[in-house]
Amino acid sequence: MANARIALCRWRALALSAVLACAGGWALANEAAPASADPALEARVTKLSTELRCLVCQNQTIADSHAELAVDLRRQVREMLQAGQSEQQVIDFMTARYGDFVLYRPPFKALTALLWVGPALMMVLGLGTLFVVLRRRSRLADAAFEADGADDAPNDPHLS
Amino acid sequence: MIPEIGHFSLWLALGIALVMGAVPLAGAQIGRADWMALARPLAYAMFFCVALAFGCLVSAFVNHDFSVAYVVSNSNTALPLQYRVAGVWGGHEGSLLLWVLMLALWTVAVALFSRHLPLPVAARILAVMGLVAVGFLLFMLLTSNPFDRLFPAALQGRDLNPLLQDPGMVIHPPMLYMGYVGFSVAFAFAIAALIGGNLDVQWARWTRPWTTVAWMFLTIGIALGSSWAYYELGWGGWWFWDPVENASLMPWLLGTALIHSLAVTEKRNSFKSWTVLLAILAFSFSLLGTFLVRSGVLSSVHAFATDPTRGQFILAFLAVVVGGSFALYAWRAPDVGIGKRFGLWSKESSLLANNVLLLVAALAVMLGTLYPLVLDAMGLGKISVGPPYFDAVFVWLMAPAVFLMGIGPLARWKDAQLPALALRLRWAAGVAVLAALLTGWLAGEVRPVSTLGLVMAFWIMGSVATDLWGRVHPHGPDWAHAGARLRQLPRALAGMMLAHLGIAVFCIGVVMVKTYEIESDVKMAVGDTTTVRGYTFRFDGIKELQGPNYVAAQGQMHVSKDGHLVAELRPEKRIYRVQQNPMTEAAIDSGLTRDLYVSLGEAVDGGAWIVRVYVKPFIDWIWGGCLLMALGGLLAISDRRYRRSQGTAP
Amino acid sequence: MKHLRYLVPLGLLLVLLYFLRAGLSLNPREVPSPLIGKPAPVFSLPRLDQPAVRIAKDDLRGKVWILNVWASWCVACRQEHPLLVAYAKSSQVPIYGLNYKDEPAAGLKWLADFGNPYTASLADRDGRVGIDFGVYGVPETFVIDGEGVIRYKHIGPLTPEVLRDTIDPLLKQLHG
Repeated sequence: MANARIALCRWRALALSAVLACAGGWALANEAAPASADPALEARVTKLSTELRCLVCQNQTIADSHAELAVDLRRQVREMLQAGQSEQQVIDFMTARYGDFVLYRPPFKALTALLWVGPALMMVLGLGTLFVVLRRRSRLADAAFEADGADDAPNDPHLS
Repeated sequence: MIPEIGHFSLWLALGIALVMGAVPLAGAQIGRADWMALARPLAYAMFFCVALAFGCLVSAFVNHDFSVAYVVSNSNTALPLQYRVAGVWGGHEGSLLLWVLMLALWTVAVALFSRHLPLPVAARILAVMGLVAVGFLLFMLLTSNPFDRLFPAALQGRDLNPLLQDPGMVIHPPMLYMGYVGFSVAFAFAIAALIGGNLDVQWARWTRPWTTVAWMFLTIGIALGSSWAYYELGWGGWWFWDPVENASLMPWLLGTALIHSLAVTEKRNSFKSWTVLLAILAFSFSLLGTFLVRSGVLSSVHAFATDPTRGQFILAFLAVVVGGSFALYAWRAPDVGIGKRFGLWSKESSLLANNVLLLVAALAVMLGTLYPLVLDAMGLGKISVGPPYFDAVFVWLMAPAVFLMGIGPLARWKDAQLPALALRLRWAAGVAVLAALLTGWLAGEVRPVSTLGLVMAFWIMGSVATDLWGRVHPHGPDWAHAGARLRQLPRALAGMMLAHLGIAVFCIGVVMVKTYEIESDVKMAVGDTTTVRGYTFRFDGIKELQGPNYVAAQGQMHVSKDGHLVAELRPEKRIYRVQQNPMTEAAIDSGLTRDLYVSLGEAVDGGAWIVRVYVKPFIDWIWGGCLLMALGGLLAISDRRYRRSQGTAP
Repeated sequence: MKHLRYLVPLGLLLVLLYFLRAGLSLNPREVPSPLIGKPAPVFSLPRLDQPAVRIAKDDLRGKVWILNVWASWCVACRQEHPLLVAYAKSSQVPIYGLNYKDEPAAGLKWLADFGNPYTASLADRDGRVGIDFGVYGVPETFVIDGEGVIRYKHIGPLTPEVLRDTIDPLLKQLHG
């Protein structure tokens, strides 16, 4: 008789704790799942997508654009990367179909050499020209210049 | 009736501007004082007419006058009042009127504050500004009349683009235009000096404050645009190297170069023709920007609706104004003297190196912006040049300029005495490296490129501190007199230090956010949480709400750290009723050391939503830095030199 | 000679103005196709009206044909459609439709309502074939020769001028 009662109590205790556990589960907040199944892959997709131009809106990357084509192209990028293709292969796929226009990072080729090299070239040329001009000036005689005025204290660093 | 008054006012303004452009200029050439004296009253009259026209357009918007075509395309009966006013400059025609209003305002300012200038000089300057006004007024009246009527009048407007229905929209264009147009003053000073042959120290002293004020407005305008994009566009970007953004950056870079070049000319009476060229270039790039935005030649989010005739007109205007200026320059500049002597290594040469670097940066931005156009025009195909290019090129071009910023202010005029200078700066260099490494380590990871960026920023701070120390304690620590010396520091100098600190702060913001920003894309059901950098974001569901002209799904996000509430964020997905565009409104909690940024993605099955959560360290330092730069400019122009007993600024 | 360097800004400006002027007659939004002169992508799609039957690229070898990309949701397609219907009647060249990212039922209804100029329409529901052809906007029209090489692409609605001045001469050349 006592055994049966103990067994009943045990069963009740078990049931109660089970109910409490579920209730506890409801009360505890769930850690949100990442929006995509494979965050590492998604990060690669996003990184590549920020380099590709949306052809519909044209002033957004396919990462940012909500246009259908952008969604489709992101899907394409995801599928290719998932299949093990490299970033370069994805880029080649896009440019084969849409031309270099789709790349926000212009490829380095004969046509774009001036674009990529230009800034550095201009800096070297600019600073070089400045140097040559200043050095030529420093070799001129004092007479070629205006004389220093009264308020031109030569070595006062405190003049602004 | 009112639109007709506005339209007539513009024609009147054109007439006045024509007279203002011709008569005082001729008067200055032949020496007729009465002709020259006409310039000021004409300037006031022109401003009156333009302001009246602007008022008429504002009135048409505020009173829902849908018989005016421009009002129909940019307004709606449900549009709240402040956006009806802001809608005045929401489209091409109205923003052009704003441009002309700013020009008229600057012209009046020059008329008011030019009493100390010789009459021929003032007359020429006002005449040049009048000629610029002629161009813009003609452009408006012939191709872009904001007062065109719609017959029959529409019953309802097509509403202002929802992206523009925002407080930032209200102030960003006016600030920006004050800057763009403000460079016309330096331009006018330069042209007047080339014509009159009086290019000297005095000229530089007059031009400098005008340039600084314009530069200040442009700095604020660009910063506002960037911060507006950040909180309005829903994906947390703040600079996209969009052609129109570039169009505002190029004059800014040149304006910065001009301010520094004017310092050399003012101090040593040298490189005058170079300074004049910069003054012409700064405004020319403003005009180029106007062309790029309104001609349809480049694809941009900011581009106004355009047609080729408008593009042709602005191009012709560009050719006349800039071509004419360059021709005048080629003719008169060779006669300008060489000025005083200074050494190869000196403060002067470091300022000139700064000029070269800033000019190259501006040209590089132009190269990237126009390259696709050039290739296409030559039939060589179409390419895109976007952020990956500009980020790579611009940062490396500016690095030497930023490095130079630490040296230039401490260099001496005429002879920098490099060894002594290097010795003086050794503390700044050492502290910069240590501070950069420490910051990286505290942020969680030390990386080479970001460390370099931080070294540059701390290097500037160290240099400013060294400079300040040297001026407050010139012969070793002297705390008794430090306070007095600090107060006696010339404001122009203090302004420079503040502006340079602003750059350092800006650099820190950029480096930190680009390197240490964390993004978390999660699917959240009600009650779900996600934790980023110690902040716990809990999704508490969606509330539907009705705005004045939109409906919205508003997310309820509870953000806490270590159990304490940090913020309740409410990102929204809105649908504006008239244009039926969906818009994402991000929710941001700003802080000194980080922004918490949440935006809603799409709803998914089961009542859950895709939510994007960002923690962006130090991002507000980007705009904080810009504010410091502008304040530095403000401090600089309040310098004693510019405040005379008989009046205000020169 | 020293004065020549002061003319540099003016010189550079003239070069810039030349390009800006040229830019006014260009369309910065138009994306030219890199596939002109290259083989059309391989495809195999079900017919819109008979989903069990598939048409593949090789089936069309040996003849010159036109591919027109359309959709029932596309407003601009309505604009060019009457032109296409009339053209299909007068021309010997078969026009195949690519029903891009559309519901087959909606597509068929659209053809019933507005006329069917197509020898057959292919159902490209997920847009993959479109991507392979470099389609980015609808409508677009391709001319493909007997060897399966893309010879011409027109972006946007067809106009009588384009048909008369570009496509007809090209078709004549390909047949001749």
